[in-house]
Amino acid sequence: MFEAIIVLAVLAVVFGLLLGFASVRFKVEGDPVVDQIDAILPQTQCGQCTYAGCRPYAEAIAKGEADINQCPPGGEVVIQQLADLLGVDPKPLNEEHGEHSEKTVVYIDENECIGCTLCIQACPVDAIVGAAKQMHTVIESECTGCDLCIEPCPVDCIHIKPVEETPQTWKWPAPPLPLEKPPREASSS
Amino acid sequence: MKRRLWHFHGGLRLPGHKAESMQEPVHTATIPPQLIVPLQQHIGEPAEPEVEVGQRVLKGQRLAHATEYVSVPVHAPTSGTVRTIDDYPIPHPSGLQAPCIVIDSDGEDEWTELTPRPDYADLEPSALRNVIREAGIVGMGGAGFPAFIKLNAGPGNVIDTLILNGAECEPYITCDAILIQEQPRRIIDGMLIMRHAVQARHCIIALEDNQPRAYESLREALSDEEKTFIELVQVPTIYPSGGEKQLIKILTGKEVPSHGLPLDINTVCHNVGTAAAVADAIHHGKPLISRYVTVTGEAIGQPSNLDVLIGTPFSALLEQCGWRDDKDHELIMGGPLMGFNVATPGVPVIKTTNCILSWPRAAEQHTPMPCIRCGECARVCPAQLLPQQLYWYARAKNFDRVQDFNLFDCIECGCCAYVCPSHIPLVQYYRFAKTEIWAQEREKRKADLARERHEFRQERLERKKREDEERKQRKKEMLKKSQGDKTESDDNKKATIEAAKARARARRAESASTDNTADDATVKNDDKEES
Repeated sequence: MFEAIIVLAVLAVVFGLLLGFASVRFKVEGDPVVDQIDAILPQTQCGQCTYAGCRPYAEAIAKGEADINQCPPGGEVVIQQLADLLGVDPKPLNEEHGEHSEKTVVYIDENECIGCTLCIQACPVDAIVGAAKQMHTVIESECTGCDLCIEPCPVDCIHIKPVEETPQTWKWPAPPLPLEKPPREASSS
Repeated sequence: MKRRLWHFHGGLRLPGHKAESMQEPVHTATIPPQLIVPLQQHIGEPAEPEVEVGQRVLKGQRLAHATEYVSVPVHAPTSGTVRTIDDYPIPHPSGLQAPCIVIDSDGEDEWTELTPRPDYADLEPSALRNVIREAGIVGMGGAGFPAFIKLNAGPGNVIDTLILNGAECEPYITCDAILIQEQPRRIIDGMLIMRHAVQARHCIIALEDNQPRAYESLREALSDEEKTFIELVQVPTIYPSGGEKQLIKILTGKEVPSHGLPLDINTVCHNVGTAAAVADAIHHGKPLISRYVTVTGEAIGQPSNLDVLIGTPFSALLEQCGWRDDKDHELIMGGPLMGFNVATPGVPVIKTTNCILSWPRAAEQHTPMPCIRCGECARVCPAQLLPQQLYWYARAKNFDRVQDFNLFDCIECGCCAYVCPSHIPLVQYYRFAKTEIWAQEREKRKADLARERHEFRQERLERKKREDEERKQRKKEMLKKSQGDKTESDDNKKATIEAAKARARARRAESASTDNTADDATVKNDDKEES
């Protein structure tokens, strides 16, 4: 009787110490969930989710302040991945924040640019080069298509264009879905 | 001793349709007035043009050089002038345009100066690979991977077996068979060079048993000495025995690991056409500017094999072969199973164009029906995959699961779609899933780059703010200090003034005392003045 109690007590103490030690020794710095969410987000930094960038949105999701369907550039794919990660049901994109569209980039009409540098300050990924009173230009491969530079431009010389498809980036179209019923039944229904 | 042959899983026995295009020997195609040379005709990065519009180029002159590792140069197929460097339709399933160099041929077909390397046996393997690279040689069996990379065993690797793939398993295509039949020596020469480059122990030339004439001509061309290390093997005609992994399995019994390369099992496999191109490059110094192309199909009047300059438009070849120009003809590059439809007959022949196929468009398209789970697709799959599962997941766009079922081991041979009783376009689903996955990976890389740049920018702005703050602080301190200096300097000034005053006073006092002892006149004068 006593032995059993003693043995259990000793075991409890040993495991308690072990757990205590492990929690100190293997303490995780930072919030890995935020990193995981941030890794899924498209990093457009467009702010359409109402947060100041992808990271703040990831933090808000992790805290439970924001929903997973506020990212229009990510669209369904990102919502699905977030749902898988967080173990919640996927839901349709919240229309308030915008619609999912094909990827675009911006370009500067160089004849009209007055070199005001306002767009350079707005670009979240430093994808615009130029200097005061010098013509600016967009580095297309770095542009995320956030369109944040369009608003500040005083002469409206920044325009959106779709990302050009090349044979290297071309995707096979999804085949048409097969009929779910044999044609005879399909026509009679 | 006869080599023991193995079997790969599945496969199909298909009607060959090879005889049509093999009735006549190879003709040399006429040089078209205009040649369109795409800058990218291979897997990897496009080449960088180095000629200008209006420049005269000679046959075999380099038009564009490789800038990345996985890239090869392209050369002028004939002499002429560069007309433009612009986007033109290329033979690609997308039907999109890509940068091409267009040459107006002058009809003289004048060669540039060539440097043969008959001393190749004295060259280092790396130098030899470089010669092969500079000749612009890529795998000519279909995929178009730069040949010099496949000839690099890599440090510490030993190539046990070098296989030349003459097993042209897809129906209709005969360009390799006719090459073996007509020019066996070129292939053997190429093989000897490749053997030197990879230091292989055994060499095998494999071809299908439905090409006895090609086999005979190759056997006659081999010298007795060569027969000691080059083995000729006839493999059963089962589609896709010409697939690299399948052929290796048939010949060696070994399987290339999933996501691996033949190199992992000490084997390297090249197409016979590639070997012929290597022989031309080393023995004659000629870059890869022409190839054999099979032009066949029901819509072709005289199906045949042609020796074609790279860049020749399909339309020029079709014309020579009596193409019945009709809108309702399908035009396919490659074979009936793995080929793809091309958008216009104006696209050029590239280094990987082995066959141009044309037949009347089927009047009735099969409507895909639901999968009935018959399992035929899994039975014929040469990669031992589960095509049904791949289909379900690709259709549901569940790209993680589809990779769990080893989508990337699929060689897109089309056996599953061929046998499917419901006519489901299975291969199209796999291609769709593959390109979607690649696109997602590209997006991911781009997102990572954007994150890095955004974080760097945040940090920079933060730093700037901090530095501004510090500068302000410093300025304030300076100001304070300088004010302190002012009071201090005022004191100093006062002190100096005081000192000066004191000095003046002292001098005056001194002068007063000396004045008293001075002569009277001055005293008088002083008195006068005072009075």
